[in-house]
Amino acid sequence: MIRLYRALLRLYPASFRREYGDEMIALFVERDAAVGAWGRVGLLLEAVAEEVPHAVAVHFEVLRQDLRFAARSLTRARAFALTAVLVTAIGVGANTAAFSVADFVLLRPLPYPEPGSLVRLCEGPREGGGWGCMNQLSPANYRDFKAMSSSFEVLGAFYRNAANLVGGGEPQRVAIAAVTPEVLPLLGVSPRFGRVFGPDTELEEPAVVLSHGLWRSRFGGDPDAVGRTVELNGAPFRVIGVMPPDFHFPSRDVQVWTPLAFTAEDYEDRTNTYVEGVGRLMAGVTFEQARADLAAVAARLAEAYPDTNEETGASFFRLRDEMSPRYRVLLLGLCGASLCLLLLTCANLASLLLARAAGRERELAVRASLGAGRERLVRQLLTESFVLTLAGGVAGVVVAAAAVPLLTTLVPGSLPIAGRPGLDLRALGIGAAFTLVTGLGIGVVPALRAGGGWGWDALREGGRAGGGRKQRLRAWLVGLEVAVSVALLISAGLLIRAVWQVQSVDPGFEPESVLTLKTALPRPEYDSPVRRSTFYDEVLSGVRALPGVESAAYTTGLPMVMTGGIWPATTPGHEDRPDWASLRFITPGYFATLGIPMLRGRDVEAADTGDRPFVAVVSRSFAERHWPDDEPLGQTFDIAFQARTVVGVVDDVRVRGLERPSEPQVYLPAPQVPEGGLINYDPKDLVVRSAGDAMGLLPRIREIVAAADPDQPISDVRMLEGVVAGDTAARRAQLNVLAALAVIALLLAGVGIHGLLAFTVSQRSREIAVRLALGAAPAGVARLVLSDGLKLALFGIVPGVLGAYAAGRAMSSLLFGVEPADPVTIAAVVTLALLMTVAGSLLPTLRAVRLSPATAMKAD
Amino acid sequence: MDFDPDDVEDLLPLPPATFHILLALCAGDRHGYGIIQDVEERTDGAVRLSAGTLYRTIQRLLERGLIVEPRNPVGVPVDPRRRYYRITPFGTEVARAETRRLSRLVRLATGAGLAAPETP
Repeated sequence: MIRLYRALLRLYPASFRREYGDEMIALFVERDAAVGAWGRVGLLLEAVAEEVPHAVAVHFEVLRQDLRFAARSLTRARAFALTAVLVTAIGVGANTAAFSVADFVLLRPLPYPEPGSLVRLCEGPREGGGWGCMNQLSPANYRDFKAMSSSFEVLGAFYRNAANLVGGGEPQRVAIAAVTPEVLPLLGVSPRFGRVFGPDTELEEPAVVLSHGLWRSRFGGDPDAVGRTVELNGAPFRVIGVMPPDFHFPSRDVQVWTPLAFTAEDYEDRTNTYVEGVGRLMAGVTFEQARADLAAVAARLAEAYPDTNEETGASFFRLRDEMSPRYRVLLLGLCGASLCLLLLTCANLASLLLARAAGRERELAVRASLGAGRERLVRQLLTESFVLTLAGGVAGVVVAAAAVPLLTTLVPGSLPIAGRPGLDLRALGIGAAFTLVTGLGIGVVPALRAGGGWGWDALREGGRAGGGRKQRLRAWLVGLEVAVSVALLISAGLLIRAVWQVQSVDPGFEPESVLTLKTALPRPEYDSPVRRSTFYDEVLSGVRALPGVESAAYTTGLPMVMTGGIWPATTPGHEDRPDWASLRFITPGYFATLGIPMLRGRDVEAADTGDRPFVAVVSRSFAERHWPDDEPLGQTFDIAFQARTVVGVVDDVRVRGLERPSEPQVYLPAPQVPEGGLINYDPKDLVVRSAGDAMGLLPRIREIVAAADPDQPISDVRMLEGVVAGDTAARRAQLNVLAALAVIALLLAGVGIHGLLAFTVSQRSREIAVRLALGAAPAGVARLVLSDGLKLALFGIVPGVLGAYAAGRAMSSLLFGVEPADPVTIAAVVTLALLMTVAGSLLPTLRAVRLSPATAMKAD
Repeated sequence: MDFDPDDVEDLLPLPPATFHILLALCAGDRHGYGIIQDVEERTDGAVRLSAGTLYRTIQRLLERGLIVEPRNPVGVPVDPRRRYYRITPFGTEVARAETRRLSRLVRLATGAGLAAPETP
């Protein structure tokens, strides 16, 4: 009985228990003696009912007291409190931002019901490799994969497209996904209004489902929009539904869904690959099982159709994983860096609190001797550090909210998620978790240290000792700070060098002062080549006449924007060995406008029309590959269904971006297109080089386009420079954040060194004063303090460099050839760290040298 | 002895358990169990303080200076192993103020025709 009651009393704070526990037990014994056996059970139950709420209440009272005390003592030490809150805010903020984005991109379930079973299916090499959708499926292969595999509950197909949306406001270019009836229902999201496509799609009149965003911008959010008609590429479509706001598929730019149904004709050509599969796995089928199943199906198809499917496998991946693996490395690198910063934050704050505890040793010892239990004091210290961290955490969430928008370039556009994570409960949870970690990290060590360390000693020693052990712990912490900041700095330095290296890559064209915009001509309205030529001629002659315009041209796609468009090219005698080239149709003046050097021969000309001999301009690498020893001009080769004669050679362009190898390029005159074919290769991008303010030309260009065709929308207006910059945007975003973290880290480490040295100097002021009084040279004293600082720094620099080397190897895919052990970077950072150490030691050293023996001795 | 009336007023109204404890201590120094017994007797068993209530209240009264722990308790057979409590002049003043508050309340209630004549 008594033991049970004693256990019950453990619910109270130890201080209360120590004070009143014995009394309460005595009381319980007396009552216990007064009742019988049955009464005892009642007594115990009564005690439980009584003591639990009281215990909770007492805890709250203690907490309130501690909070009051913390508030008082922190307002007294305002500079300390402010530093602590600020440092915590940076640590928590950086981590909350980095982890919110990483969680959003890498972990968070996609915004569909049961997202884990959603998968994507494309064609790919039989042997695997690569990421995402390697190549689209042909309708026939899609049909056979669907019929022959047993892994899918549902499988649907879609293809991405774009169309000119006309009617109700400015003509607009919108991204479209044509989807089979299975697709929208299998994702499990119901439309906000109306319905989605039914199974008998082919019987219906042309219908569309709109995204929430388009519905808002186009119909002003009118619920009666369902049933109205929109015009896509000149044809009317009835709006049958509107999807909810957070619905994105297959990527977040798609705003219209149109129905897709295959005809018998679509199934004829297995090499005509243009659809992608999306499906839901059958319950109980794992991803790996499904992958094996699909590989088996692919093998059977290869056997059945060796001509077309010999090399064709399934590229099969989770809907979640449709992004470049680079994003993962970028994001994980960022998370690692922010964790380093958090470590640094904790080390710094713990060190500050230790210094504070050392400074308060007397106060605490006095309180302890006045009867405050050790537990009570530790609890008080913990409350204090938690108050600090909590304030810092709240400020940190604000920091994170401000920082997250800076990281949006790290959210891959290929995933069906919003452009940036919102500040939702999950993000707040992440912030709270980091605040808690910080609170524990900075509070517990000093508190335990304090809990074990004081008593009469602190009083007896007259507060001079300061405790060697505690300072050793602080030295460790400062060493850790230096190590972490050195590691961060070197990583940032390596990435900076990598970015420089990337940016110094010659794109092959001159992006400065080139304005680009898109006018995609809708089919079937523009089926006639003459009509297209008339449009191009009208626009180009109008634009070229504008003041300041040096040249203008049309092309199928801009380098670094259109990275695909790859076509097999064969030379006579090598028909069995096609070579891939990136194919573009252009109008005359394209090379001059983009500043691509013409090496031999001539540009395409207005005279190169459909009824003239078919010609081509090829890039240098194309010529070198096919005619290494011969004159390329005058040679013929086969591409895009026709034989073409080389009339010119230009320099290579980085079509796929600065960091990736690109295929050789082939440029063809816009009119020399086979009848009815290659719609996707229509020139749509207008490029304009101007001497003056290119963006200022835009209103005039709009007028010119509207005069040529009033229903023609203009989209994707940008400077070519921006396109090239965008190629390295994700890298630079990560780098900026990392560099900021590294600089903060360096400053924190500097503050840490300064704090520790200042403290030791003040603790050793007597000793130093005695030395000075005995005739020690000030230079010697200065050396004493400085060497302390440098020892601290070296103690951290060595592990820091090693850590950076490990980090550099982990992110070598981002380093673009820069060595993880790049001596220049390491030397620069070590120098910087040493400079920082000297700067941090400066004030304490000066104070030591200027110590007046008389004052120092009088202090006690 | 004069006390700042605001200090006294701040504490009113007293929770019933607190008032009972102060009443018990008005009769002399008591230890915890003594207080419980005293309260129980005084109220004919109607009020039985639990240990938690008692010691939480005692802690608060000590903090606010309404009672103290005397070094030499008087007036009762002293058990040296136990802790005794004594009401301070400030505590007495607070108890008085609470009594005045309650009597005013009773007068008001009587005026409203609520008071039933109590048979002795």
